[in-house]
Amino acid sequence: MAVTTETTVMNNVEAVRTTLYEALKNDSRTLIMGEDVGPRGNVFLITKGFLDEFGPQRVLDTPLAEASIVGIAVGMAMEGLRPIAEIQFADFIFPAFNQIVGEAAKTRYRSNGDFTCPLVIRTPYGGGVRGSLSHSISVEALFYHVPGLKIVAPSTPADMKGLLNAAIDDPDPVLYLEHKKTYRLIKGEVPGGHYTIPIGKAAVRREGHQLTVVSYGLNVHQALEAANQLEADEALKVEVIDLRSIRPMDKQTILASVRKTRKLMIIHEDNKFGGIGAEISAMVAEEALFDLDAPICRLCGPDVPPMGYALPLEEEFMISTERMKQRMREMVKF
Amino acid sequence: MAKAPSAHAPAPAAAAAPHHELSKEQLRAIFRSMLLQRTVDNRGFQLNRQGKIPFAAGSEGHEAVQAGTGMAFQRGRDLLFPYYRDVGLCMASGFPTIEVFYSLFARAKDNGGGRQFPSHLTKKSAGIYSFSSIIAGHMTHAVGAAYALKYRNEHDRVAICTFGEGATSEGEWHEAMNFAGVQRLPIVFVCENNQWAISTPQEKQMAVKDVAIKAAGYGMEGVIIDGFDPIAVYDAVTTAREKAVSGGGPTLIEAKCYRFLSHTTDDDDRTYRSKEEVESHRKDDPVPRFERWLVEHGIVSPADVEALKKDVLREVNECTDAAEAEPYPQASELYTNLVEGAWEPWQ
Repeated sequence: MAVTTETTVMNNVEAVRTTLYEALKNDSRTLIMGEDVGPRGNVFLITKGFLDEFGPQRVLDTPLAEASIVGIAVGMAMEGLRPIAEIQFADFIFPAFNQIVGEAAKTRYRSNGDFTCPLVIRTPYGGGVRGSLSHSISVEALFYHVPGLKIVAPSTPADMKGLLNAAIDDPDPVLYLEHKKTYRLIKGEVPGGHYTIPIGKAAVRREGHQLTVVSYGLNVHQALEAANQLEADEALKVEVIDLRSIRPMDKQTILASVRKTRKLMIIHEDNKFGGIGAEISAMVAEEALFDLDAPICRLCGPDVPPMGYALPLEEEFMISTERMKQRMREMVKF
Repeated sequence: MAKAPSAHAPAPAAAAAPHHELSKEQLRAIFRSMLLQRTVDNRGFQLNRQGKIPFAAGSEGHEAVQAGTGMAFQRGRDLLFPYYRDVGLCMASGFPTIEVFYSLFARAKDNGGGRQFPSHLTKKSAGIYSFSSIIAGHMTHAVGAAYALKYRNEHDRVAICTFGEGATSEGEWHEAMNFAGVQRLPIVFVCENNQWAISTPQEKQMAVKDVAIKAAGYGMEGVIIDGFDPIAVYDAVTTAREKAVSGGGPTLIEAKCYRFLSHTTDDDDRTYRSKEEVESHRKDDPVPRFERWLVEHGIVSPADVEALKKDVLREVNECTDAAEAEPYPQASELYTNLVEGAWEPWQ
């Protein structure tokens, strides 16, 4: 199916839902599996109605056992199906860690290409939704270290669709992260038909020459808002890059921007220590240290396990748009 | 099969007359497969002691369960999910002997490109699925593949998944068995219960005497067989296979055998079990036991046995020499086949 010129305004949940629906419709090898994806239609209602249309074999309610959700999907993928496995909340992905890291990401490598594992693991992550200790964490850094494991974290509805299509088409395992708070908060135009956005390509969301901000997920939207306000109120020109793919990282886009603005700030909700920002900082320091006019700034989630249930604890953990503005201003003026 | 008094508690299934007849040719093939497994095992240990290979894992005591299961495996149709002590099973299911030696010597021609530990044999064209060293990690793959067979309505195909009794302690073992039971998948689980997981005996793995009773928790049948009796193994696996292809769902077969050697060339079993215990099981050694039975029943003559042993040794010698003469993979091979195409450009 070609991309049509017609677009539809939808939120991130609808974009994921539409894409999954089309995938089931277009490829009989595709199936969805996870906890409560059947009659309930997933806890965020992403797969609501799918069971009736595609049946229990293709909309598979699994036992409550995350290691096997991924492990069974690995077996299906090795045997020629194109499973889309769901981990209900990213916080629950740890029992499946071995299957993702030790099995899925190594299948092609350890068999020297004899077996492949075309598998998508979707999971909602992130906070700001009163999810407390175990319904709000970010998990990307824990999987970031693994060679061969692709990780995407789209922020807009159009990217949700394009990258989910790319993940489903990909011949290797992809961890697809959906920020929960963006699910219904973020709306945008989504092209009709089948299209993909290449995994590993960032998007420059806003151009500027005084500071590069690199982010992904919910924080991209806040960073854009902060940058817009800084331009309107203070005439500051901040460039905002939406990574979209966490790994492979789009080194070229980041470096081109940093060489132009000469300043780098990385924003992510995940904990600072050993996070995605650490790797971007190291990469820029290795490749472009002498192009920088200021120390690299990382504005990240604090080094506590996750946010608490109580509102002040959650607010303290989440990065406010005001804090982003303040640090951006400091960086531009450095 | 005529039964000598055995420490392996012949179960009713094994004691009963086999349901599935084996031709003389098949019986001889099973025996050759057992001889080959033992000879390859010994060669692996010899090559290690000669300093020619860094590592080998033996499977002495598993010959009957592996040769019997391999005979029941339908080549070109079934899917095999073995574990690391299944070199004999892989060969009995169609894995070429020479490639076992490519793996032992870590040669470029190894199907895994010399990446994996020996005994982690894999070959998609033979239906032998890739697995890691993480115990029970392959169980969920087996049930996922069995799901794919059912999903595509390929009714004449099954998955066969093997593991040791130690694997049954893993959470993923339970999860795989549970899913197979819930979905009534076309799969046969074969536990090669050799009573030892490296140095940990069965009684420290589980509070029950028989792995097979765990099947009840998954709504499937559990069967105990004498894992030193290849005919009983063939019969049980074939019965379970027939049940699976006719929509009857999974079966858990527990083949009670014994590990005669140390865990691997890096282990020393004298540090945790008695010589007497090993010797008591040696009395039932499945290879000479099956040899006696074949001779007694006129399937082979003593001269046939000698000729078979010679032929197996010749094959193993030729494979050893041919594999040793092959080159290692190039160092640059480290960077290939991580994902399709190139991985990140700055690696």
